[in-house]
Amino acid sequence: MNFELTEEQQMLQDSLRRFLANEYTFEKRREIIESGKGTDAGIWNALAEMGLLAFTFPEDYDGLGGNGIDTMLVMESFGRALVTEPYLATVVLAGGLVRDAGSDAQKQAILPAIASGEKLMALATYEHGARYNLAHINTVAKADGSDYVLNGTKTAVIHGGQANQLIVSARTSGDARSEDGITLFLVDADANGVSVTDFVTHDGFRTAEVTLKDVKVGADAIIGEANQGFPALEKAIDQGIAALCAEAVGAMDAMTEATLEYTQTRKQFGVPISKFQVLQHRMADMFIHAQQGRSMAILAADSADSDDRAARREAISQAKMLIGQGAREVGQAGVQLHGGMGVTDEMWAAHIFKRLTLINLVFGDADYHLGKVSDALLEKIA
Amino acid sequence: MDLNYTPEQEAFRQEVRQFLQDNLPDDIRERVQKRLRFTKDMIVRWQQILYKQGWGASTWPTEFGGTGWSEVEQLIFEEECALAGAPRQLDFGLRMVAPVIMKFGNQEQKDKHLPGILDGSVWWSQGYSEPGSGSDLASLRTTAERDGDYYIVNGQKTWTTLGQHGDWIFCLVRTNKDVKAQEGISFLLIDMKTPGIDVKPIIMLDGEHEINDVFFENVKVPVENLVGEEDKGWTYAKYLLGHERTGLANVGQWKAMMRRLKEIAREEQDDGHAIIENPRFRDRLAQLDAELRALELTVLRVLTNATGPGPEASILKIRGTEIGQRLFELAMEATGQDALAHIPDALEPDYNGPMVGGMNAVPAAGDYFNMRKLSIFGGSNEIQRNIISKLVLGL
Repeated sequence: MNFELTEEQQMLQDSLRRFLANEYTFEKRREIIESGKGTDAGIWNALAEMGLLAFTFPEDYDGLGGNGIDTMLVMESFGRALVTEPYLATVVLAGGLVRDAGSDAQKQAILPAIASGEKLMALATYEHGARYNLAHINTVAKADGSDYVLNGTKTAVIHGGQANQLIVSARTSGDARSEDGITLFLVDADANGVSVTDFVTHDGFRTAEVTLKDVKVGADAIIGEANQGFPALEKAIDQGIAALCAEAVGAMDAMTEATLEYTQTRKQFGVPISKFQVLQHRMADMFIHAQQGRSMAILAADSADSDDRAARREAISQAKMLIGQGAREVGQAGVQLHGGMGVTDEMWAAHIFKRLTLINLVFGDADYHLGKVSDALLEKIA
Repeated sequence: MDLNYTPEQEAFRQEVRQFLQDNLPDDIRERVQKRLRFTKDMIVRWQQILYKQGWGASTWPTEFGGTGWSEVEQLIFEEECALAGAPRQLDFGLRMVAPVIMKFGNQEQKDKHLPGILDGSVWWSQGYSEPGSGSDLASLRTTAERDGDYYIVNGQKTWTTLGQHGDWIFCLVRTNKDVKAQEGISFLLIDMKTPGIDVKPIIMLDGEHEINDVFFENVKVPVENLVGEEDKGWTYAKYLLGHERTGLANVGQWKAMMRRLKEIAREEQDDGHAIIENPRFRDRLAQLDAELRALELTVLRVLTNATGPGPEASILKIRGTEIGQRLFELAMEATGQDALAHIPDALEPDYNGPMVGGMNAVPAAGDYFNMRKLSIFGGSNEIQRNIISKLVLGL
């Protein structure tokens, strides 16, 4: 039992935080978001040079052999600075899926290209009406000789509009909600029949709607086995959830710090408003949520690589639930304690609040994950 | 970072578990697991059994007869004891007065008092709170005036938990009225058989006698019972508070109660089904289960921090007590209307009179009422938030 970082991890965290503090300022972030590109070549290349894009890939594929804890450190730092780069989509979700389930040829083709910063990817899996059910897939891949033809619509494709290549889940057999019969395909973003509509999100990230109309891919586009894609998909999303948990913890810390600073500066009734006990207790509660969240983000990061499905799913859902709840409390309290300024675009706190709010909605909100742990509890003890 | 226990720690856990299986008396286990009435005998007998094993003081260094265990080992020990149905050892001697005597007491005091705490032969009580001094403890007014080789103590202490069994009591007393409140307090050890001490029960809202008022009228206390220096008692009391922060999280006890609550949820009926099948009840249980896991991880983060407890330590009392209270609340709600009847006699193991519902219901409401104390004692949770604001957030 040990919660210490290694020397390398500590150095990574320090240098990343220093880089973001200097280069990823509030103004710079605003410029990047307003450019509409969804990513900034300068920032992304710098992350590649720091080795962050290769961190969790095997050494045989230009990676550094890192684990979930390393991802946690990166994402927590991103959360503190509200970094909107496509790290989750490219490195954690798509890169992780290829690393865990891809063939040697796929890994050769993809992982070094992600590591060097030249390739952006996204995971296109959620569908309208399914809400958070990962197995609810109506997009169809029909065999056509040795090829497949894909038809369907995908939603909530994070950074889909920036990706060179997508990983698309499609049904090759089974019923609409069956975990069996799901196949994962690599699809080039510019392939015939693929149309991507890119949207900015409220918190400055990008999301896309992806439509596939008679998109033809070869059998070599399949990641893993045909019909057996669900476990890999689920594990990739679990790793994405762990990453989001870490990001939320960074953002909760940032919100607590911003609020402490603001309330010690802002004066009313002749004193800094931080002197009022009713505000102090609200800030103490923000701190408690952030600390509890940190414990759970560590648990999620530690569990995310595990192949013990039940244990991994329980830990991930417990973490996402408590962090979703905590993010809501911390976000709302932070805005409230900034008073009128808290609801202006000018304030850092408002931007943290928006990110914390949307993190809860991605890959299952607190209620969804409560349902998951509650059902697992019934199975375990009834 | 590694969230697994080491093989050595796992082996230690097995050793403790085996010892408990072989040595925890059935009648004590029954009282604890059924949440029956607590007795002095069960605490003392269990302490003697642990003492014989060399495990009387899991938190003490070996030079005073303790186990010298690491903090993680202490946590494993506590957890295994709780899961096995062992009673909680008495904190007042082992975890409260003993660390102060070790740190600030003289050799005579160590020789005289530590062995009796270790072997369970001397029952200690705490004399801190007074009727006018709760959260504002430094305002205390019990006086100790020097008269030759004695202090003459006059005043009243209150909320003295299990003081009805007490042999000795450690007290904060005012020895100087002319200085700032915190600077005129001393730490005195008092033999409760001394003439002039009167212990009167306070009946709690569950109808049980657990706490007491202790009155002091011209009580003669030899000056050798002063710990450390006169007027420095506040410093020692603060040292004590810092010492027990992780203990207040009570993770081992709550894990045992969570396990029990899950059994209750499977046993208690809701319209022909186990209450665990009711999604509204189950969601609350699942929520609490996750929060308890977060608490446990936070405790482990605190304990394994190489540079000592960080700011996260200050949240443990708040979260630990909130979670504890909700465990008992759910245990009560699981039994529904069966929890209404108050049958104090059924809290004894030999009871065979009439009951409503089963043994899940008998202690349910009383325990829930009793546990409201958790967020009030040891520095109320509102005071804890003040402490976080001031010492952690710097407000």
